Parts: sequence; structure tokens; C-alpha cells
Amino acid sequence: MKHLIKLLPFLKPYWKKSLLSLLLLVVVVLLDLTIPRLVQRIIDQGILANDLSEVYRTFFLMLGISALDTLFAIGNNNTSVQVGESLARDLREALFVKMQSFSFGNLDRLQTGQWMVRLASDTSVVQRLVQITLRIGTRAPLIMLGSVILMYRTSRSLAILISPLMLVAIVLIVFFASRMGPLFLTLQQKLDRLNTVLQENIAGVRVVKAFVRAEHEAKRFAVTNEDYTERNIRVMQFLSTMGPSLSACLNAAIVVVIWGGGVQTVGGQVTPGQLVAFINYLQTAMGPLLIMVNLANVWAAAMASAERVNEILDQQPEVLDEPQAKPLPAEAQPRISFRGVRFRYNGSNDGMVLDGIDLDIEAGQTVAILGATGAGKTTLLHLIPRFYDVCEGSVRIDGYDVRELQQDSLLKQIAIVPQETILFSGTVRENIRYGRPQASDEEVVMAAKIAQAHDFILELPQGYDTHVEERGVNLSGGQKQRLAIARALLTRPSILLLDDSTSSVDVETEAKIQSGLRQWLKNRTCVMVAQRISTVLGADKIVVLEQGKIVAEGSHRELLQNSPVYQEIYASQLGDAQEVEIQHV
Amino acid sequence: MSERRSAQANPDFRLRMSRGPMAVSRIEKARHPRHAIRRLLPYFGGHGWLLMGVVLLVLIYTLCGLTAPILIGKTIDEVIQTRSLHNLPRWALLMLGVFLVGNLAEAASGWLMAAISQRALQKLRRDLFEHLQTLPISFFDSHTVGEVMSRLTNDVDAINQAVSQNLVSLLASTLSLGGILIAMFVLNLWLALAAVVVVPLMFWFTDFIARYTRKGFRELQSSLGKLNGVMEEAISGLRVVKAFRRNESVLQNFRQENQAVYRAAVAANSYALLLMPLTNQLGNLFVIAIAGLGGWLALHQLVSVGMIATFISYARNFINPLRQLANLYNAIQAALAGAERVFEVIDIPSEETQSNGNLRVSEVRGEVTFRNVSFGYHPQKRVIKNFSLEAKAGQTIALVGPTGAGKTTLVNLLSRFYEVDEGCICLDGRDLRQIPKPELRRLLGIVLQDTFLFSTTVMENIRYGRLDASDDEVIQAAILAEADPFIRRLPHGYQTLLSERASNLSQGQRQMIAIARAILADPAILILDEATSSVDTRTEARIQKALLRLMQGRTSFVIAHRLRTIRDADVVVVIRDGEIVEMGKHQELLSRQGFYHHLYLSQFKGEAI
Repeated sequence: MKHLIKLLPFLKPYWKKSLLSLLLLVVVVLLDLTIPRLVQRIIDQGILANDLSEVYRTFFLMLGISALDTLFAIGNNNTSVQVGESLARDLREALFVKMQSFSFGNLDRLQTGQWMVRLASDTSVVQRLVQITLRIGTRAPLIMLGSVILMYRTSRSLAILISPLMLVAIVLIVFFASRMGPLFLTLQQKLDRLNTVLQENIAGVRVVKAFVRAEHEAKRFAVTNEDYTERNIRVMQFLSTMGPSLSACLNAAIVVVIWGGGVQTVGGQVTPGQLVAFINYLQTAMGPLLIMVNLANVWAAAMASAERVNEILDQQPEVLDEPQAKPLPAEAQPRISFRGVRFRYNGSNDGMVLDGIDLDIEAGQTVAILGATGAGKTTLLHLIPRFYDVCEGSVRIDGYDVRELQQDSLLKQIAIVPQETILFSGTVRENIRYGRPQASDEEVVMAAKIAQAHDFILELPQGYDTHVEERGVNLSGGQKQRLAIARALLTRPSILLLDDSTSSVDVETEAKIQSGLRQWLKNRTCVMVAQRISTVLGADKIVVLEQGKIVAEGSHRELLQNSPVYQEIYASQLGDAQEVEIQHV
Repeated sequence: MSERRSAQANPDFRLRMSRGPMAVSRIEKARHPRHAIRRLLPYFGGHGWLLMGVVLLVLIYTLCGLTAPILIGKTIDEVIQTRSLHNLPRWALLMLGVFLVGNLAEAASGWLMAAISQRALQKLRRDLFEHLQTLPISFFDSHTVGEVMSRLTNDVDAINQAVSQNLVSLLASTLSLGGILIAMFVLNLWLALAAVVVVPLMFWFTDFIARYTRKGFRELQSSLGKLNGVMEEAISGLRVVKAFRRNESVLQNFRQENQAVYRAAVAANSYALLLMPLTNQLGNLFVIAIAGLGGWLALHQLVSVGMIATFISYARNFINPLRQLANLYNAIQAALAGAERVFEVIDIPSEETQSNGNLRVSEVRGEVTFRNVSFGYHPQKRVIKNFSLEAKAGQTIALVGPTGAGKTTLVNLLSRFYEVDEGCICLDGRDLRQIPKPELRRLLGIVLQDTFLFSTTVMENIRYGRLDASDDEVIQAAILAEADPFIRRLPHGYQTLLSERASNLSQGQRQMIAIARAILADPAILILDEATSSVDTRTEARIQKALLRLMQGRTSFVIAHRLRTIRDADVVVVIRDGEIVEMGKHQELLSRQGFYHHLYLSQFKGEAI
């Protein structure tokens, strides 16, 4: 509940409209409730009193009320839709904006799928609650309350007669409403299990086929399928018990009223019109019972969704500009220095990812970082544009601590080619231009040429205007990486960060990219993370990272002579030492 | 009796209960609805009698629903006219009986239908799943996992919605509407005139709203699609967005689409949600018309007060089934469209799955010959051109070449994931096409670059290679694959559950498990796609050791990226653009100073000086 309350400010801009909507609804309910009373009047004062003019008068009164009622109902409908949709829109935007403000540390802890669920379904669940509350959610209890009151006013004795049955109905509602949640929860779990088996089977189809395991898979599926089906049958049978039992309650009440009312009519305490009106009120009172059960569900779902929404909204970006942050001067030298840098990912229990890094990268240098998976290479790279904040020590660019700079100005001078290539829907040209939309076509082609992307782009159906499909499925991994390189080059950064960005490119092309880059990198600093020795050979300095520490630093030749770790890596890739000797000769 | 339906029919709940508004109830039509129905029917076929039972029960409870108001009216009349209580208990008890029978019948029909419909859907899911197992790889290559999943989840769910709830409602609603109208005309022709005025108005309104709703939702659907696209891209690419400082433009884009969704949603829902209050008002109008007309008629002695009460009851019961029918249309259309898509998949021809079991692994020598093989995924674009190669039993063939040269395609052809267009591939002199696919694949051990593991224990993942292997055999395979040490370090050793896509293992560890799996399968011929750029080189060296052990004594085809594999291979085949450009031993090829030399040297560029 407190999570829903926390979201209340989102309704604030629409409180007038919400109030109006509710007021209209109250009027609708009041007008609706007059109808049985007026029917009673037609019967008692019209028919039974033999007064035709009273029948006419009441009839037209009812018509007028009904017309008015319709207008108010339409008003309530439209205002409630507007409030609900506005709220959904604003919630989506708030979540989206929040997400945009997050730094890498926040993002690590969330997955794309979860984001989408929050943005799409959680906001809509909250919206549904608001919309329903402005409509049936308030209408149902009001109608019930009003009907009960009017039942008492119509005939107190009849109302008392049926009160035990109404109590039974309330007990039934509570029972069903409380059972429904857990029932659906287990159903959802069974469904998730079914989907997992299915998803794995499809994603792993090559393995299934290669090992000829179709039968085995069919058995696995049959088990979960049976499980789910059984649970589903139980849930549906539960639901089909709920309706009739509540309606049996209502029906029993009607019978009691007819019986008791019949006795009282004969006795003269109740008029026939009152009896008809009473039955009518009974029907309108007990009619929304089932809706009430469903309302419990809507509230429960909305509370769960509100909690998830708040979880996002409450998060603070881990990296924020300091209030007195200065911009990085455009003429700053691309010198990078790490001083006693220690870093661990927020919320992880593992040890330091970077543990006492001291490293100087001079302006114009190309430095390669080599090391095993998990050695901390990518992390080191990510500290330069301040995607994360160090835990201890400092990262400086031309002497400025990155934490004292405006991140935007920092990013302006840095371009990164990430490990996993992400392209956006749009043409090849638009993708390359992503970092600098105002770049000219010639500049795009230049960047593509250096990245060795130009040739394959020209071979695409529409060349630079070829549409990149979702996640770039129409491109190979190597092609995507080359586009990502071109995209980074086009921003003309003074610092280029390459995160294993030629891993899917074949060695021949890689070599070409490297020689192209060498020219381009003049006066620019480049830090590259690599797995392959062939990638790092041309670097001014190679840094070997192991478990968050620098274990060797120097040129290829120096390291080959002095560093056992480097020799080992070298041998593992290019053959043993003898092989290397042969090549040297 | 109609309360259950009234809650279901309430559009406030209906429209959005099952799917979020991000996927508004799909509004689409089956192209051949009759055909889809004909295909669906057999799934209910086994339950013919039960279905008859459901129909009977529905008939009973609609009849009870029709009778009750008459009884109410009769009782009132009797009490008013005779002023005696003599018959009152009889009427009341009769009424109670009718009500209870109706409620019981309704519950029973729900219970029966739940079982029938869910069993039918279980069968449908099973058929679809089992059929999927027989489809050729080309189907999976041309459809995303999500697309295929959607057939078994969304489409089957759409059918589920229709058959489990809507089918019975359709029957009950139609019967109620028809029954009430008939009853009105039979009971009192004069009073039924009110229906003549109001009912067409009701139908017209419902139809009007339903039509606008469909139109509005189509627009909403398309604007939601756009918004989803923007969101998905912005979220999955958020790191890049940040790195390239594009937040502003992304936000602007989002705002625009978000506003478009808002406008479409207000437009669509203003109509859609109007159905409920409007039918309410029409229901009131019906009651008013009956009361007014009834009053006049009663004063002219043409109708009794009890009859008016009966009619008012009918009027109150009339709107719910009507509202129901308006919603049913969309649900049933969606179900038929879903069914059509499901059967589309079921109708895709299977690849042969039967094996005659006349091939024994132990009898296979493992000679593989490619004879003038040509192949292309698209007829106009050849990927493999006139490819010939002979692998003697036990040899290791290294396939080397630039990206896109066709190495993986050769593997696809050898395992008959795809069939050659021209030429043939022979095993021990027999054309592969004469060997049933399951037989063939049992002979092959395939370790793919992208290792796929299932979300079960490590033990079961390895056992996937040979289901009847004992725990000891599994562990033995793991030891051979160099996987045993790290598996033992996992929280629960071999019983550790792997999470989806095995994110709790590193890429290298996953590959070692896949190798263990292949070792356990003990195939005659080995196919390896060895590259994993994300594995660091020392792990690579360990994997390498495991692989060499696996290759011993078996004919092996290796898409090679590691020098050691290449050097140890009996034959290195250099492929470029689907053709063999060079072939021979590593040293021979180097000394030839050709394309291979060129490829090889680029590894050392800058070093050879």
C-alpha cells in the first residue's frame, strides 16, 4: 500500500479531473438508484391506485433521469480514461528518464527484459487500478452500499430477514479473494517452467538435433505440460465454482424476500411495488459481488507493480556530476594516469576487481591491456570515461581527476568501442553517424575506410543506405564490430578506447584496421583491451593484468624477454617458444 | 445467475486482464476461419459425450434463468390477487429449486469445460512441440526463438482464452438472449413491444462501439509497436547511448512516441470502455420502457403487476449477455487467427526422423568424401562451390579461412542440417542421403562455438551426450575434458544447477562441459567449431588439450583458429569464398608462400621485421 501512496504525486496534475470523474460517478450511481424507487411508484401510486397520469409523470421523469444519467456516465468514462492514460504516460516517462540517468553500475544490476516489463506492464497495471478506481472500482461498492441503504428504507423487516445471507456472501467473497492470489501464483510458476523447457529446446535446437534427443525432449515437455494443464484445470474449476456460489447466495436471498415479502404484503405491511423495488435493489446490491473479488486482484497486482516501479524510481545514479564540476578544457592533453586505483563492483562480494593500479599513459600513446578473462581489463577501460567511480585512488586526465569534471565534457573527448557491439535500427550511415550526427558523408566514408568497413558496406544491397535490422542480424559479428569502430572514429575523440573490438574480425582484416588506425591515431591516445597477441603487437606499451594487478608492463620485445606470464600467453596463442624462435629467424 | 458473466463481460476487466496494454488484445482475423475450426475440432473429439454434457448443462441453466423471473411474477400476482398465503411456500420452494439447479448446472458445466478445454490444449501443445522437434534446422535459422515461442505461448493462449471461457459464454449468451426474447413474446405480446423499441437500439449501439473499438485498437497497436521499439532499443543500447551522449535525442524520440500512444489510447479506450456504462444505461432504458408501458397496460387490464416484475427481471438479465457477445467477437477472432498460425507450423513438412538402426558406430571406419559439392542458402547465392575433399579414417582436417568463407556451412552439410544442392558427401563410400538423419547424427559428435547448456544440473548436461551413462561415466568424461576440477569447485559440484544460458559459468567452462558431453557420446566422427574469442588464451590451452584427446583415433573436422590445431592437423584445408584455395600440411603450405602464408603472417605482422 505504501508503494501506491508513494506514486500518488503522479496523480497530482490530474487531481481536478480525477475528482470531477468521481463526482460524475457518484451522480451516476445516485441516479441509477432512483430507478427501482420510481418503478415502485408506478406500481403503487399508478397501477394499484388506478392513476394513469401518475404513470405518465413517473415514466417521463425516469426518461429524463436516464438521459441525464447517460450524459454523466459518458463524462465519467472520458475523464477516467484521460486520467488513467495520462498517468500511464507520465509513469512511463518517469521510468524512462530515470533509466537514462543511470550509470553503468546501476545498469549492471538490471536486465533489458526486466526494464521492458517495468516500463510496459507495471505502469499499465498501476494505470488499470486508477482507471478502475475511477469507474467500476468505486461504482460497485457505492452501488452496493446505496442499494443496501435503500433496501432498509424500502422495508426494514425484509432487509433484516436477508441479512444472514448477505453475511454469507461477504464471507464467500473474502474466502475466494484470499485464495485466488496464491492459486494464480502457482499457475504462473508452472507456466514459467513450461516456457523455460520450450525456450531451451528452441534455442538449443542444434544440440538437440546433433544428439538426436527429440524423444527425450518430448518427454521432458510432456511432464511440464501435464503439470501446467492439471494446475490450469484446478484454477478454472475454482473460478467456475466462485460465480455460481455467489449467485446461489443472491438467489436464496430473492426466495427469502419473495416468501417473507409475500407474507408481509398479504399482511399489508409491504406494498407490491415495494416488493418489486426491493427485489430490484437486491439484484443491484449483489450483482457487483464478483467484481469485488476481482478488485482484490487488481489492487494486489497494482501494489506489486508499484513496488517494482518505486524500486527503480528510488535508485540514485551511482555516478553524478559534482555541483562544482568543471568542464574538461577542449585543449586538454589526452594524458591518462591511474594512481593507486582500487575498484570493486557495487554489491559484489568478490574481492577487488582492480587492486592498486598505477599506470601512466602519455598523450599520443597506444597502450594495450592484456590478461585473462576476469583480470579487470574492461573495468580498467571503463574507469577512464568515469562509467564507474573508483573506490580508492584516482583516475586523471591531463591532471584533472575525472570525478571533478562534468561527465558530458569528458565523454565529448572520449570514444569507446564496446566489447559487445550494439547497433541501432536505421541505415548503416546513420549508425556510423551516431556519435556525431552532423558529420558529412565524406567523413562517414573516411571513418568506414579506416575501420575496413567501406568495402563490405558497398557490397550491401543499398550500400550506406542499407537498413540495419534489429540488433544487426543482417550483419556478421565482424562487420558489426567494424561499424562500431567507424562510429567511434567519426566522433574525432582525443582518446579512443577499444574493448576487444576486433575479436570477431579475421586476423587479416584486423591487421589492415590496425595499420589504418596507426595513421589516424597520431596525436590521439588509444587504450585497447585485447585477447590476441596479434592485436597488441603494435602498441607502444603493453600492460599485462592479472587478478586486478599489473604484473608486467613494457613493449612486446621487453615483455617477451622479461615476463614469464607474457611468454606463457604468447606460447598459448602462437605455439611454443621454439616456434617463436623459428619465426624470428 | 448472470452475475458470473456480468463480471467477465465487464470491459474494465476484460480488455486488459490477460495482457498488459503494451500488448492490447490483438484484433486480427483468421484468413480461413472455417478451416481453422475444422482443424481444431478433432482436439475436442475424444470428449464428444462430455461436450454434449456441457451443452446440456448450459441449456439447463439458461432455462432455469428464464424460468425464475416467471416464478417471481406469478408469486407476486398470486399474493396480490388472492391475498392468500396458501400457495406461497410451494412457489418459493419451487423457485429455490429452480435457482439451485441452475447454479449447480452452471458450476458443473464450468468444471467439465475446464477439463475438456485444458486437455485439448495440452494435446495441441504436445503436437506442436513434437512437430517442432522434427522440423529442419533451416526453419529455426529463419525464425527467431521469440517467433517460435510465440506460437506455443501467445497463440495457444489465445485459443485457450476462447475455448475455456468464451465458448461456453457464447452458447449461454446466445441462448439467454434468444430465450428472453421468445419468453417475452410468448408471455405478453403487448409488453414485448418495449423490447421491439429498445433491443434493436442495443444491438446497434454495441455494434457501433465494437466497430470503433476495433479501429481504435488497431491504431493503438501500431503506436505501441513503435514505442516498444524505441524503448527496447534505448534500453538494450543504453550504454552506447550514454557513451555517445545521445540521451537528449533518445528522450525526445521517446516523448514523441509516448505521447502518440497516449493519444491513441485515449481515443481507443474512450470508445472501448464506453460499452459498459452505455449498456448499463440501455439496460435502465429497457426497465423504464417496461415500467412505463407496463403501467399503461396494467391500467387497461392488459398486464398484471407480476408480469411487469417478470419483464423487469428479464430486462436486467438482458444486458449482460449482450455485452458479452460484443467482447466475444474479438476473442474468438484472435483465437482463430492464433489457431491458424499454430497449424501453419504443424503443416511444415518434417525432416525424416525414423531410423532403421542398421548402422553401428563400431562398424564405421570414418572415411568422409566431399565430391563436387555445391550449396547455397539462397538459390541465387552459392556459398560452397564445387567442393571436393577426402578425409581418411582417423585423420584430422583443419578448415581455415577468413570469416564468411563457408567453413560453418560445410559443417551444416556434413551433419545434414542442410542438404547439398549438387554433388554428394559420402561416409565409407555411402552417400549420406542414404543414411537416416538420426543414424548419421548419432555417428557425429558436434561441439559448436556457441555452447548451449540446459538449465539443469551439470551432471545432466553432460549426460545429454548419452542418456544411459552412469554417474561414473559422466565424471570420467568430465575428467577427460579437463572439466572435473572446476566442476568440483562449484557450490554443489556435479549437482550444481546451471542458470538459464548458464550465466554462472564462464564461456570456457561452458565449452569444456560441451566437450565432456561429446566425449560421453563417443562419436565416430568429430566436428568442432573451436573459436571462442571470449576465452582467454590460457583457458584455451586447457580446452585444446581436452580437444586433442577427443580427436584421437576419430576422423575430425575442425574449424581451426588455434595454431596448435592447425599444426597438428593431418590436412589443412584453406577455404576462401566457398572454394578450396590450398590444401596440405601446415609447413608445406607455409613454404608455398600463398594465401595461407599470407593469413598466417598477418598474425605476426610487426614481429617478422
